[in-house]
Amino acid sequence: MADTVQFDLVSPERRLASVQAREVQIPGADGDMTAMADHAPTITTLRPGVLRVVHAGGTDDYVVSGGFAEITAASVSVLAEQALPKGEVTQALFDGMLAEARAAASAAEAGSVDVAAKTLADMLAMGEQIGLSGRV
Amino acid sequence: MASLKDLKNRIASVKSTRKITKAMQMVAAAKLRRAQDAAEQARPYTERFNAVMASLASAAGGSASAPRLLAGTGQDMVHLLVVMTAERGLCGGFNSSIAKLARSHAETLVRQGKTVKILTVGKKGREALKRDWGQCFVAHVDLSGAKRIGYVNAQEVARDVLGRFDAGEFDVATIFFSRFESVISQVPTAQQVIPAKFEDTGAAETLYDYEPSEEAILADLLPRGVATQVFAALLENAASEQGARMSAMDNATRNAGDMIDRLTIVFNRSRQAKITNELIEIISGAEAL
Repeated sequence: MADTVQFDLVSPERRLASVQAREVQIPGADGDMTAMADHAPTITTLRPGVLRVVHAGGTDDYVVSGGFAEITAASVSVLAEQALPKGEVTQALFDGMLAEARAAASAAEAGSVDVAAKTLADMLAMGEQIGLSGRV
Repeated sequence: MASLKDLKNRIASVKSTRKITKAMQMVAAAKLRRAQDAAEQARPYTERFNAVMASLASAAGGSASAPRLLAGTGQDMVHLLVVMTAERGLCGGFNSSIAKLARSHAETLVRQGKTVKILTVGKKGREALKRDWGQCFVAHVDLSGAKRIGYVNAQEVARDVLGRFDAGEFDVATIFFSRFESVISQVPTAQQVIPAKFEDTGAAETLYDYEPSEEAILADLLPRGVATQVFAALLENAASEQGARMSAMDNATRNAGDMIDRLTIVFNRSRQAKITNELIEIISGAEAL
């Protein structure tokens, strides 16, 4: 039995990663999940967070926001609206993302307030996880 | 007959024109490579996205609770045409062929008694359509500031379109752009984005678990789908523009070369004629003595 899955991380602008991964930790909208070989076929949307890939060469962290992941027994494809290797996320970049989320949260109309607020909260949590502060 | 001096000036000016068109052609070639790369990079995302959307849409499309972006408003009266062209000219028939397609589309719709609204992306299309369809313009997105087309640009366009859809300004949205086939062939294309249409890939259907629910995912992804399609179209357009410019400039360079050859022949002949004339004058002057 194969113990690795084909992992692809693509954003609209480029393909970030394509490796044989042992496990992939995905920040799903309803909670984190780890996908390994022979996972049940699943499609989940993403929340802003850190995606961790464990493969033979080590562990890679990516910061993703929005999009979805398609998991099958032999492959994991993550289509993220925005995705960057963790090392490339600077405080300035994070501030920009945060400012956008804040603007969306304050501009949100009734009905989408919860969604925008959750995005913002997720964003802040993600910042804490990667060691960047979310102060204004 | 133009004087020798005039001819010389003319040749010099055509020569410098040729230099300019040659330079533009080379710049376009370099930009084309970059644009093609960008389009290539974006392809995996678009393909995967559409595949997943197709399976989701076929599952949820039939139900009455399908999102409006997928099912439509139930009407077909107001059409929004999103016309995407270049910010700059000098690229052959690129801009005008997109505008022409949009115009014929708009004419057909109006003849059927429907309302047409036009959103332009890129200055050239706006100029081309302004005279006949200016009263239908609802908005314009200016991309001249963007050096490279990014997903952000597509999101900007998509946000505008979706905002209008939510406000009930139109029922059907179609994007117009040029599909890049090769350097010498770009095909103006119309593609309907709202209500969303996905080609059924017909691939073996896997039964997926959905987290959160299928409807929630669909509602989350449909707006992104609009941005994705706009992005893909923008990239195709960028590649097409450079391709069209490249072949247009190649033609111009060749024409300038031909013109220089012709002018040079005329120049040489008239120089010769002048010399002969002078000789005749001298000889007949000498004979008269």
